[in-house]
Amino acid sequence: MLRSLHITPEKCTGCLQCEMACSFENEGVFNPAKSRIKVFTFHEEGRFVPYTCTQCAEAWCMQACPVEAIVVNAATGSKDVLEDVCVGCKVCTIACPFGTVNYNQATGKVIKCDLCGGDPACATACPTEAITYIDSDMTGYERMRAWASKTDTAASA
Amino acid sequence: MHHVIVGAGPAGVIAAETLRRLDRDAKITLVGDEPEPPYSRMAIPYLLIDKIKEPGTYLRKDAEHFAARNAEVVHDRVGGVDTKRQTLSLTNGGKLKYDRLLIATGSHPVSPPIPGIDSAGVHPCWTLEDARAIMKLAKPGANVVLMGAGFIGCIILEALASRGVNLTVVEMENRMVPRMLDETAGTLLKQWCESKGVRVHTSTKVTAVEAAKKGLGVSLDNGDTLEAALLISATGVRPNTQFLEGSGVDTDQGILVNAYLQTSVEHVYAAGDVAQGRDFSTGEYSVQAIQPTAADHGHIAATNMAGGNTLEHPGSVNMNVLDTLGLVSSSFGLWMGVDGGDSATLTDRDRYRYLNLRFDGDVLVGASALGLTQHVGVLRGLIQTRTALGRWKDKLLDDPTRVMEAYLAGTQAIGANA
Ligand SMILES: Cc1cc2nc3c(=O)[nH]c(=O)nc-3n(C[C@H](O)[C@H](O)[C@H](O)COP(=O)(O)OP(=O)(O)OC[C@H]3O[C@@H](n4cnc5c(N)ncnc54)[C@H](O)[C@@H]3O)c2cc1C
Repeated sequence: MLRSLHITPEKCTGCLQCEMACSFENEGVFNPAKSRIKVFTFHEEGRFVPYTCTQCAEAWCMQACPVEAIVVNAATGSKDVLEDVCVGCKVCTIACPFGTVNYNQATGKVIKCDLCGGDPACATACPTEAITYIDSDMTGYERMRAWASKTDTAASA
Repeated sequence: MHHVIVGAGPAGVIAAETLRRLDRDAKITLVGDEPEPPYSRMAIPYLLIDKIKEPGTYLRKDAEHFAARNAEVVHDRVGGVDTKRQTLSLTNGGKLKYDRLLIATGSHPVSPPIPGIDSAGVHPCWTLEDARAIMKLAKPGANVVLMGAGFIGCIILEALASRGVNLTVVEMENRMVPRMLDETAGTLLKQWCESKGVRVHTSTKVTAVEAAKKGLGVSLDNGDTLEAALLISATGVRPNTQFLEGSGVDTDQGILVNAYLQTSVEHVYAAGDVAQGRDFSTGEYSVQAIQPTAADHGHIAATNMAGGNTLEHPGSVNMNVLDTLGLVSSSFGLWMGVDGGDSATLTDRDRYRYLNLRFDGDVLVGASALGLTQHVGVLRGLIQTRTALGRWKDKLLDDPTRVMEAYLAGTQAIGANA
């Protein structure tokens, strides 16, 4: 059974532990600017929304990549960037309709969430269970899926 | 069922893979006239700066990729198509019968009719072969003139500058990438290049090229003559449709297709740079000549070839991203705006930051940006889902950088949505 990140914004307090954990796990530094998960703040509503790649089935990033540098991880279902193959052309960053593939100027490559290979540091770090890692069909990604299908011009078969 | 695909670029390769996924038994032949394994033109700039070697440009890295999918790759050139007999003639003299045909032959570079443009030392930058020639001549310190600062020109610009050549850019329009960035952003980009030591002449034309003692003499219409070891011509491309003459496949700018990417001849489809496909934003048919569109087309055309016309193409969003000496620019959809539509702009000239959003009512229809590298793709998402922004439109008019929040507010559990 594949698992996915399940995000419940109502439970998020905006503590940014997830961003810290992500950047430390993946970049070796405690620096939210290098995190693959991002917490957005909505002052008026008093709400925080953690957000990262949904590992969507359409995988526009992967479809658009000109050099096969984004591949499906057979174990977790995540779409992973192969650092040594990525040329840094950034086409995936404009192709992803969720805005969750970003260019890292320091390395000249793109970065995105890879579920930390099956043990996502953000979920482990979250003190309020706003981010959990659970069975895919329980995550209630309907809103995102709806968005995904609306954006679909060439969904992968 | 025999599917023949002409052209082994991204459109052709993705089509071949899609056909195999949908039909385990069909015969699939991919005919391409370049000697290398199928590769990506887009990766050429990274070859020029030695970030990758030639195999790094290959579309599929496993040498057995096509064999494993039982798709035959033929290195040959299609010289003509007989659509009545459903037969292709190959330049080596052979013939190939097809049941369904996909034309994915891409485009070729065109140069303006300038005296001397055929001189040795003048090269386009379109194929791996071109790249090899450029790498020989673009040595550190060599004088290089780049003619054309459009999208492709600007991509090569970065690579050339990193090779340490002494670079001069000549563009006939009044700014850089005129079909991707507006005047403010295009002008900022020029200033950026100049601040990095690249000379940029806009509103200037090359009038003649002469073989000089050491390399070339490149004359400009401002009276100057530049010495150059290499002149790179990046003044535009034209779809490869010549071989279709007399075939009954109708062409205009490119091959005319319907919403299924089917041409005027029933069993013939077209995809990629060669096809005049539907534009998501305008609903009209035009040649976009970009990688993501080639990928869309390849997938959709193949699906329709395999299953009868079942998958309609809603249109591809025209979009580009460009890195010029470290300054990232991007543009999406109707970045020039629509009549009566509002627009939101943020300009920070000192930091070379620019973001312009274009609305039709409360829907985002286009955008262009300089210096934006985080969450850029959401601009595409908002455009393509035609999300009604409601009160978020006003917030974006105040601060266009809040696009990601505008998207989340429309799709996540916040406030009224919770
Ligand atoms: C230097 C460079 C940088 C680029 N950067 C970007 C970028 O950053 N972003 C972006 O979106 N796009 C970029 N592009 C454009 C992108 O590469 C094209 O849009 C894409 O290659 C189109 O794919 P295609 O499969 O339609 O055609 P192509 O990749 O051109 O493939 C077509 C193939 O068909 C072959 N062929 C033609 N005629 C025949 C025939 N009669 N018989 C047999 N074979 C034939 C051609 O030789 C070629 O191999 C770049 C292009 C270049 C040159």
